[in-house]
Amino acid sequence: MADFEVPVLNDIPKTPELAPGASAHLKPFVAAPAHQEALGFPGELVEDWHDKAIAKMGDLLGKYRSLQVYMDACVKCGACTDKCHYFLGTGDPKNMPVARQDLFRSVYRKHFTLGGKLFPQLVGAKDLTREMLDDWYSYFHQCSQCRRCSVFCPYGIDTAEVSMAAREVMDHIGLGQKYCNEIIGKVHKIGNNLGLPEPALADTLEGLAEDVKDETGHDVLFPLDVEGADVLLVTPSADFFAEPHVDGLIGYAKVFHQAGVSWTLSSKASEAANFAMFIGSYENMVRVARRIREAAIELKVKRIIFGECGHAWRVAYSFLNTLAGPWDFLDPRYPRPQHILEFTHDLIKRGGIKLDKSGNQGMVLTFHDSCNVARASRMGDMPGGQFGIPREVIAACVPKFVDMHPDTIGEKTFCCGGGGGLLTDDLMEIRVKGAQPRAEALKAVVEQEGVTHMAAICAICKSQFTKVLPKYGFEMDMIVSVHQLVSKAILLGNND
Amino acid sequence: MTTLFAVLFYAATAVLVFGLAYKVTQYTRTPAPLKIPTMPAPLTKTGVAFRLAREVGLFESLFKSNKWLWIFAVAFHLGLLLVVLRHLRYFIEPVWTVVALIQPFGIYGGLAMLGGLVALLLRRLIVARVRYITAPSDILMLLLLIGIGVSGMAMKGAVHTDVIAVKAFFLGLMRFDIQPLPNDPVLFVHLGLVALLMIVFPFSKLLHAPGVFFSPTRNQVDDARDRRHLAPWAAQFEAGK
Ligand code: SF4
Ligand code: SF4
Repeated sequence: MADFEVPVLNDIPKTPELAPGASAHLKPFVAAPAHQEALGFPGELVEDWHDKAIAKMGDLLGKYRSLQVYMDACVKCGACTDKCHYFLGTGDPKNMPVARQDLFRSVYRKHFTLGGKLFPQLVGAKDLTREMLDDWYSYFHQCSQCRRCSVFCPYGIDTAEVSMAAREVMDHIGLGQKYCNEIIGKVHKIGNNLGLPEPALADTLEGLAEDVKDETGHDVLFPLDVEGADVLLVTPSADFFAEPHVDGLIGYAKVFHQAGVSWTLSSKASEAANFAMFIGSYENMVRVARRIREAAIELKVKRIIFGECGHAWRVAYSFLNTLAGPWDFLDPRYPRPQHILEFTHDLIKRGGIKLDKSGNQGMVLTFHDSCNVARASRMGDMPGGQFGIPREVIAACVPKFVDMHPDTIGEKTFCCGGGGGLLTDDLMEIRVKGAQPRAEALKAVVEQEGVTHMAAICAICKSQFTKVLPKYGFEMDMIVSVHQLVSKAILLGNND
Repeated sequence: MTTLFAVLFYAATAVLVFGLAYKVTQYTRTPAPLKIPTMPAPLTKTGVAFRLAREVGLFESLFKSNKWLWIFAVAFHLGLLLVVLRHLRYFIEPVWTVVALIQPFGIYGGLAMLGGLVALLLRRLIVARVRYITAPSDILMLLLLIGIGVSGMAMKGAVHTDVIAVKAFFLGLMRFDIQPLPNDPVLFVHLGLVALLMIVFPFSKLLHAPGVFFSPTRNQVDDARDRRHLAPWAAQFEAGK
């Protein structure tokens, strides 16, 4: 990893000066042939990549209305130009959402529009040269598909859709990203992102049960592959071992235990993540999503609940019905699928679990809205439930809760900087720089409100923050899982 | 000249109508395979209609983004709307009461439109971020609209033209009965630029006008958990495995 300067945190957020090319050198490792072929893509850059790429663009333009409309509708108003955390952290103009889209759009104009064919210079039409392809590879891997830009665009143009399309085109000509494609291969083969096989998983879960027993004296179960359980819990595999994720998993288990609901994990669907979304591959998304359906049917569960994960909840909430539905074999009285926070929130409201804030004594919490939960999904039955429900659960568990600046939360939340398939060491520089806006907002509440911890509900956010926030001078254990707070506050045993 | 402009307007109208029809058909036929509304999103179709109405009528998202840009954009678009309404009197006989009533305001519309356009042009040239994403066509488009506005205002304020004859010309065009157009250079410039605008419409970023209604992030209902959404090609893919 090359050395780079960590951005300064300003007291008042500043829009950077343009620094052309500042992050052109940032590209992730290219996928090896084995990673590519496992997903049905050519192993390496094909000979006639230009023509193949253009053909794939045409294919996608015909399949995705979003892409087709977004290619035409942009008026270059600039409303999105200062909204992307990667632009704010690097100053590289190609990280402005519209400029990122233009990498794709200029090729679209060249090959798919009359104006671009007749007057390329006039309308900014360009061919897909090797340099352009390099730019695609760099800058479409500097987009975390967080959709912040789409909130501010008068036509809702969503750069995430363009990034996904561009990655799909690149995969089809043999230029894939190692991190994502290797992981998707593992899910296909073993069932989770880590390549953690069933015996190892069973072992881990057993260990967790022992830990909880030692700590609390209660027999909280961590069941695996239990046929006939009521609930199938699908959670990101980071929850099995990473900090602070695992403390969240312990929290889910305690909630189920206390609610008296039988539940199980599945070794087949031991992963909530669906990285196929990041590479825009519908086919791979379906394949990954189907595992969950199969596991639910085999285990004869009545409900499916998802653990704390951002993009996984997007796929679950918004896409699962499409990719692997219909879910009519599940109990119709519950949302299909449901989020663990919806479950816990409901229990708190009904008094089904009791919480004692002193379990989290001395903590002042703030909450990082994960981009995919905030802008691409919902919780509860009202729009915006994805903002209120986590906050209400946190507030019920801790002595004090404070929000960060309104321009940095809710629908305007900043990405952690590591989403969209960027959570890899070979992209550390862009991850650190992209975290700058969030770090800035966090610093303000730490200094002014005495915030001690920031809760998150996404495996990627948690991993990203524990790694990059120390670069900005924060403690790494300042990041907590929401269910970690629940875990510390929940009263186990008979409370009546 | 009269014949030339008659032909020009028939051609421009044809390009505009068929061009737009082609694009709108393309947008309609292209499926949106996944539910991608920018959340929080409305839970019902009525809610979506309101969301789109706020987007089109109030520029809601732009307002969230940048207040100055919002003011410029509203000045231009609202001004343009008034001006277009005012111009309806050239195409209908008898003139509707609403159109008659807004006649005095058309002039303010013209001023607002020009003010907004000039502000947008300056912003495009001055703000480095916006200059970076600007192609020559973006500037030409603004100049074209400014040209239309200035020539129109000139006829209103300084070099008056025979509006009765202009109206006769357009009413005639609509009945395929060509009437003479006043021989007036400013009018020729004005009408020529308008025809050009009509012609470039379906090939340019002016497609944002129909596009906003087809944008899945804005026009989809948030009901993914309740209703299964399956595009035809996705259904085929599903059946194929
Ligand atoms: S806000 Fe939308 S229309 Fe404006 S420049 Fe950005 S993408 Fe284009
Ligand atoms: S989706 Fe997020 S990361 Fe991508 S361009 Fe938009 S704001 Fe930037």
